[in-house]
Amino acid sequence: MTECAGLDIGSRSIEVVVVRGGEVLSRRRAPTTFDPLSQVRALFPDGPPPRLAVTGYGRQLALTLFPEARTITEIKAHAIGAASLFPEAATLLDIGGQDTKAVALLPGGRVGRFEMNDRCAAGTGKFLEYTATAFGLSVADFAALALGGSDPPEISSMCTVFAETEATTLMARGVGQADIALGLHKAIVARTVAMLRRVGLRAPLAFVGGVAKNPCAVRLVAEAVGFSPLVPDEPDMTGALGAALWLAKTPS
Amino acid sequence: MTDAAHAAMWERLDLDLEAHDALLAVLGKFYGDIYLSQQGRLKGAEYLDFVLSEVHGLRIREIQEAKAAGKKVVGTFCVFVPEELTLAAGCVQVGLCAGAKAGTELAETLVPRNTCDLIKSFVGFKLARLCPYIESCDLVVGETTCDGKKKAYEAFGELANMHVMEVPQCKGPCDLALFRSEIGRYKEALEKLTGKAVTAEALAEATRRVNAKRRALQRLGRLRAADPAPISGRDALLVNQISFYDDPDRFTAKVNELCDEMETRIARGEGVAPKGTPRLLLAGCPMAVPNWKLPYLIESSGAVIVGEESCIGERNSRDLTDETPADLEAMLDALAERYMKIDCACFTPNAERLEHIAALAKELGADGVVHYGLLFCQPYAHEALKVGKAMEAAGLPYLAIETDYGMEDAGQLKTRIEAFVETLA
Repeated sequence: MTECAGLDIGSRSIEVVVVRGGEVLSRRRAPTTFDPLSQVRALFPDGPPPRLAVTGYGRQLALTLFPEARTITEIKAHAIGAASLFPEAATLLDIGGQDTKAVALLPGGRVGRFEMNDRCAAGTGKFLEYTATAFGLSVADFAALALGGSDPPEISSMCTVFAETEATTLMARGVGQADIALGLHKAIVARTVAMLRRVGLRAPLAFVGGVAKNPCAVRLVAEAVGFSPLVPDEPDMTGALGAALWLAKTPS
Repeated sequence: MTDAAHAAMWERLDLDLEAHDALLAVLGKFYGDIYLSQQGRLKGAEYLDFVLSEVHGLRIREIQEAKAAGKKVVGTFCVFVPEELTLAAGCVQVGLCAGAKAGTELAETLVPRNTCDLIKSFVGFKLARLCPYIESCDLVVGETTCDGKKKAYEAFGELANMHVMEVPQCKGPCDLALFRSEIGRYKEALEKLTGKAVTAEALAEATRRVNAKRRALQRLGRLRAADPAPISGRDALLVNQISFYDDPDRFTAKVNELCDEMETRIARGEGVAPKGTPRLLLAGCPMAVPNWKLPYLIESSGAVIVGEESCIGERNSRDLTDETPADLEAMLDALAERYMKIDCACFTPNAERLEHIAALAKELGADGVVHYGLLFCQPYAHEALKVGKAMEAAGLPYLAIETDYGMEDAGQLKTRIEAFVETLA
């Protein structure tokens, strides 16, 4: 059986998963940077694998390096990846660097109704990254800070930039940092859950993408939907995994 | 026609020549990327290429010649303006397209920022002196189809000679009576403009000409039910766009030629995409020249568009005007009845639109429906939700997209459209 590689070129990070049949052989990742193609080359020091599927917003760009590669959308890739990890999942939530996707899963990881944020970064990983920077913290420390909050203010701004302004105003009013951090996390989860409801949220819910590594986001999603989401060990690898598994089942 | 002669004409129309050159350069590049790159196009598409390449050139020359011969030019923004009457009055009617970002900053001095791009575009084109059609108009006819437009016409009326028709928002007997009186008022406005009375003979002849144009478009629409699709959605949209500003009789003849070629192609089992390519019906807001973003994204994502449920599409050609009345008043009644069948989202309720979309999707063998809402277009934004429910009930996969004339969301739109197409394959 040939090895199949899935490559997910996202806005913040690039992941590679190599499978043979249904078995995962390796996983690698690198930050996207402003030169994603160099990053991709570095992820394949021995050249590209014989069969490659590319997903993520850089999928078309990758074809300039690997003209033989196949492409699939990140929506389909995440659905296949999540269904392989959690075959019972009925709904999928993926919060990545610049996109959030809510997908109703059909049997076999097929995509039913789906929603995706439009051009704005509100409700995505970028929002948390941006607000963490405004606090002078890493995203991990920002999540830890938020977990200590108890009385989060409502952040009503829909905009990443204005949310920071709102946070600054709250700080000036003496609201605690932990509470503001929690409020900012709640703001993105509220947007996300609205998307989940529009596609017809059903349990179990698989939560993948880089933001699923954020324990505060996971806790808030669980509170908002009323049950705990299923989160894989490496949630940011789900798209690359799905692309590889899709390719393994696609005749060459 | 030489470029220099065109330039002299544009100068006489007081266009901003430098900005206009830049606009034409962008339009040319955009057209090349989106249209000329297509594989397996119909030979008759040469007509489309020619008309579009001369959109600000030869067609404007013809219009200027008509003006020199004493004809008046009427510009419109909406399918509620009865072309039959305009032609019967001996005028030239042109749709003022408003499908590109132009003069946006200037436009925002006259209309609020959170106004749709279509309105900003027609105000912007006027203020930036970029549209030879607007500058050729002796009368511009607006209509009260939405709050954004009706308030924008108040501002536009200070820049151009305007007549605004009131379009009712319901479809009861008193609404028909209102629109019938508005048709009478439009007739009077035309008679004042030309100094001549509209006669029954002229209106009967104009009705035949406009119906002939609609029949050609209906024929083209029906041929698109074939699999493989005999024409791309982009080219069919362009045909509909051109219907608003080319000479109506030439247009009808050319579209019928295009249909002849499509029939030959269908008989041979040929098309623009392989048989079995996912087929989509595009519904929603009108796409004016050169708003080709969404059709291009769809057709470069492995699908083919088989119909446009839109004012620049099937809504404009679906209904014919009754040609049987012999006296003028009865002909005007027939016009009112025909135009009040339009299922614009400005009406409440507007259930017939939902039925039309489902029926059209079925007739054309569509595998799914994509709804296009122009950002800040409230009537269609509301209906996007209703159409979604109706399509679910009809068992038709559905994707609602809200976007504007900007290109910054192209990547995310492409992902959503490709994912939708993946679910159909």
